[in-house]
Amino acid sequence: MTDVMADRSAVGPDPEVTPGAASGPRPAPPTRRQARRRGQLVAWAFLAPFMLAFVLFVIWPLIHGIYLSLTDQSLTGTGGSFIGLQNYSEALSDAVMWRSIGNTVWFTVITTVPLVLFALIMALLVNTGLPGQWLWRLSFFMPFLLASTVISQIWVWIFNPEIGAANEILSAVGLEPIAWLQTANVDLISIAIATIWWTVGFNFLLYLAALQNIPTLQYEAAAVDGAGPWRQLFSITLPQLGPVTGVILVLQMLASLKLFDQAYQMMDGNSSESSRPIVQYIFEAGFVGYRFGYASAISYIFFVLILLVGITQMIVLRRRKEDS
Amino acid sequence: MSATTTMNEIDAPGADVTQVRRTNRMPGEKSFGLLRILAFAALVSMAVLWLLPVFWAVVTSFKTETDAASGGLDLIGPSGFTTQAFEAILSQGNVYVWALNSLWTSAVITAITVAISALAAYAFSRLQFKGSRWLFLMVIASIIVPSQALIIPLYYQMLTFNMVDTYWGLILPQVVMAPIVFILKKFFDAVPVELEDAARVDGAGRLRVFFSVVLPLSRPILGAVSIFVFIQAWNNFLWPFLIINDTTLMTLPVGLQTVLSAYGVQYSQVMAQAVLAALPLVIVFLFYQRQIVKGVATTGFGGQ
Repeated sequence: MTDVMADRSAVGPDPEVTPGAASGPRPAPPTRRQARRRGQLVAWAFLAPFMLAFVLFVIWPLIHGIYLSLTDQSLTGTGGSFIGLQNYSEALSDAVMWRSIGNTVWFTVITTVPLVLFALIMALLVNTGLPGQWLWRLSFFMPFLLASTVISQIWVWIFNPEIGAANEILSAVGLEPIAWLQTANVDLISIAIATIWWTVGFNFLLYLAALQNIPTLQYEAAAVDGAGPWRQLFSITLPQLGPVTGVILVLQMLASLKLFDQAYQMMDGNSSESSRPIVQYIFEAGFVGYRFGYASAISYIFFVLILLVGITQMIVLRRRKEDS
Repeated sequence: MSATTTMNEIDAPGADVTQVRRTNRMPGEKSFGLLRILAFAALVSMAVLWLLPVFWAVVTSFKTETDAASGGLDLIGPSGFTTQAFEAILSQGNVYVWALNSLWTSAVITAITVAISALAAYAFSRLQFKGSRWLFLMVIASIIVPSQALIIPLYYQMLTFNMVDTYWGLILPQVVMAPIVFILKKFFDAVPVELEDAARVDGAGRLRVFFSVVLPLSRPILGAVSIFVFIQAWNNFLWPFLIINDTTLMTLPVGLQTVLSAYGVQYSQVMAQAVLAALPLVIVFLFYQRQIVKGVATTGFGGQ
């Protein structure tokens, strides 16, 4: 009760009222210990629910995962004794793991470029203001709303070697049919095609939003100077989209590296050498092979891969920002 | 043509490019028209390409199994148009259970995520406490942690909590979304402090101010973020797939996946399933396209 009073009397120059960065000079903070303590309490009351979940479901697993990776823990509860770095040394000499990392990186390479390029082309075309905005947005973005299960089922059907639409089309134009998901190395490309179709809409929306933020004045000025449509595209639109492209690239590469859902489902759980991504190998080691310790070690190798890519991109983006 | 063009250009910000060009390209009147036709053709062909897979799924779902299994690109099979596949799927009952599970767990995940993120974001934005910056940095840094790398220890944790095969085990690990905290903090930072100060002078406590001043102002961003979280939760596969084995507790994506393996070769039924599972979000999208597009775009960009 007294706390409340103290808080109220402190309203004017209350140090807790001063916003983080939003406002100008702060009023001189009165040295009211009580008010300050209460402020801390209030802050923690706001923070508590999120921080509790954060610690329980992110921080703790992150730490516990390190410990698990140093044991021979199994899913069935047996094992659990400390074995040092054995899991890591096994993983690093595990050909299947390296193949999975290779597949994941290859998938990232073959999806990122089309996912950025198609998205850009779609957004540029839609942004010209051609009639039918509603329909274009629906066509390109709708697949993104579908669950991985749904798109996997649709594409497994399209890629069916005997009766699928993909081969029907190939034979209609006189090409040899392909066993899309049953041929080594082609399988991952097929998964990439489905993925591009599925997720390009997200990048498309990001580009569209960015395009609509470019001030029209710039175009008007350019037009006055006699710049034609192509000139405007290359000297205004594309340069302005530079930063957005950076963000989309980062998001896209990180998303592609996390491939699992559609790869697992399109192969119906039967992973092939050439299509198994690293996350699926974590899953198989942990939930098929029951080796939680080993799976944790691979998880950390995967995490390091993500960190490396993420940090590299951040450095590149920052440098480019400084340059310009 | 020119009238509709102008109308559209007014509607779409940034699109007046074309209009300005019109007045300016001297020899270009013709090539401008050509460019526009080419753009339109490109747009139509891409849209067709993108709609085709879904269209094909719908077409197949209205065929008999024999027609579907015989392939071919015809729109209606030799045996004619039929809703057999849908009837077969819907008579199994599980689809309803899964759809309901997906609906309410996604709703709960969205509610919890947005509530706890908003509270935390407000603390990070407005309240001063020891270690505020440090803590915020830690939360932001956690964005780089891929949830897929945590499945093993998380599953182990759920085993010890006895939450494997429970709704809580499904829901709780999905409510921590650091990007949402970041987005909301940025939004709160931009809300003028004066608005809150006025209420504070009137004697309202922090919580009151938060609920009666800040939240009402934040409705658009909360809506945007909620849409995003809901779509993510609705479509999430890996975690629900791991944590739920009981058929009656499954979400739609996981349930459909198990059935797919069970009756693999019944193509029109599989497509009917896919169409049914896709329907709810697609219908919602048709009605709330503007809001969803905005929600996804703002959230995707980290609230800019």
